[in-house]
Amino acid sequence: MAGKEDLKLLGLPLSPFVVSVRMALNMKGVSYEYVDEDLNNKSELLLKSNPVHKKVPVLIHNGKPICESLVILQYVDELFAGRSILPTDPYERATARFWAAFAGDKLFPAWYGVVTAQAEEERAEKVKETLAAIEHMEVAFAKCSGGNAFFGGDSIGYVDVVLGSFLFWFEAVRRVDGLEIINASKTPLLAAWAERFGGSVEAKEAVPVTKADLAVQYISKFRAPAAAAAKLASSE
Amino acid sequence: MAGGDDLKLLGLWSSPFVLRVQLALSLKGLSYEYIEEEALVNKGELLLKYNPVHKKVPVLIHNGKPVCESRVILQYIDEAFAGIGPSLLPADPYERAVARFWAAYIDDTMLPVWNKSSMGKTEEEMAEGKKQSLATAGVLEGALRDCGKGKPFFGGDSAGYVDVVLGGLLGWVRASDELHGVKPFDPERTPLLAAWSERFGALEAVEPVVPDVSRLVEFGKMWKARLAAAAAGASN
Repeated sequence: MAGKEDLKLLGLPLSPFVVSVRMALNMKGVSYEYVDEDLNNKSELLLKSNPVHKKVPVLIHNGKPICESLVILQYVDELFAGRSILPTDPYERATARFWAAFAGDKLFPAWYGVVTAQAEEERAEKVKETLAAIEHMEVAFAKCSGGNAFFGGDSIGYVDVVLGSFLFWFEAVRRVDGLEIINASKTPLLAAWAERFGGSVEAKEAVPVTKADLAVQYISKFRAPAAAAAKLASSE
Repeated sequence: MAGGDDLKLLGLWSSPFVLRVQLALSLKGLSYEYIEEEALVNKGELLLKYNPVHKKVPVLIHNGKPVCESRVILQYIDEAFAGIGPSLLPADPYERAVARFWAAYIDDTMLPVWNKSSMGKTEEEMAEGKKQSLATAGVLEGALRDCGKGKPFFGGDSAGYVDVVLGGLLGWVRASDELHGVKPFDPERTPLLAAWSERFGALEAVEPVVPDVSRLVEFGKMWKARLAAAAAGASN
């Protein structure tokens, strides 16, 4: 199809899922219009485009919506020429999909629990789960990278994008809680990968330095009511 | 089948996730050795070896290399055996994205509420699960109507990815009425899904593969009794 593709991405500033899609679009060198949604006042377009989940990211391509970040990533990879995001070999693709699914099903819910847990006990449990999941990702890195710099080998690929889009949140948790989800002594391969990934053109384009600051602000704001209540309770 | 391809499937007769893989292999006309987990003496060892992360079935072992997670396995089969039998995923990237979206919906949204309705910890939870299950069945009915566009399957004229993902649940769907007094695809509420169940179930590649309903009912009753005993024991 000649001419510019009509691409619109509905997102949120702090969503790592949105960041992963932006990274993929950038990697393909495709230009798109980006729209920030307000969760408390979702646009007509969002509600019409993702009636099932009413969530971002949503990629709208020539008027047709694609939802769910992993579905969007694969769509972008398959549709647009240029560098491959997923590997080409079927077995390697299966491995990449396995780890992307693991990150989504096990790692991220646990991390989310660390950020949002109301009670200390709950948070400690979620920290344990997060660290257990990240240990699996350390093993995954060894397997997928084959001694190279990234999960995708020589260059950034699917699993790099999926996991890498969360790094600014891990940094925020480190600043607020002093918790290192990726720790240089416990998960040395991932720690080295995180540095390389963070320094990459792909990451810098999609994740401005300020995102971690915004995430820190979000965590503090989120926890403020509980902190205030605790203070009040302890002063009575 | 291509010479030199060794396919083994580690499975459990009652698992809908394993059934999905069997359906896919059957639809594509691929032969494989089936290894029943229940019959294994060293099942712990075997699962640890082939699926160290989740220790679950299904595991597809292709020429000695394991692939885990049912939806990852389905896509692997489709890609690794692209020239053999029908394709599971559509050729068009947008239709592929739609198929992946609904497969994710079935696993991430529908299944959890189905489980809640039959295995919820309290009567209230189960009632809520039942209500939510009705809602998700309605959404899926809409998907079949809108994406199917009057065609017999989610995949169009022939069964595809979403049909197989949903089809794995067919045995339990049939057993549900006797076990829980609920028809997940009630012909009155979801006529398209009810018709789809019959049609899909009658396919030559499907009919012999789906486990016997009475055997599933017996298993389900035993499982329910076990859960009830555990709950009673816990409350003493």
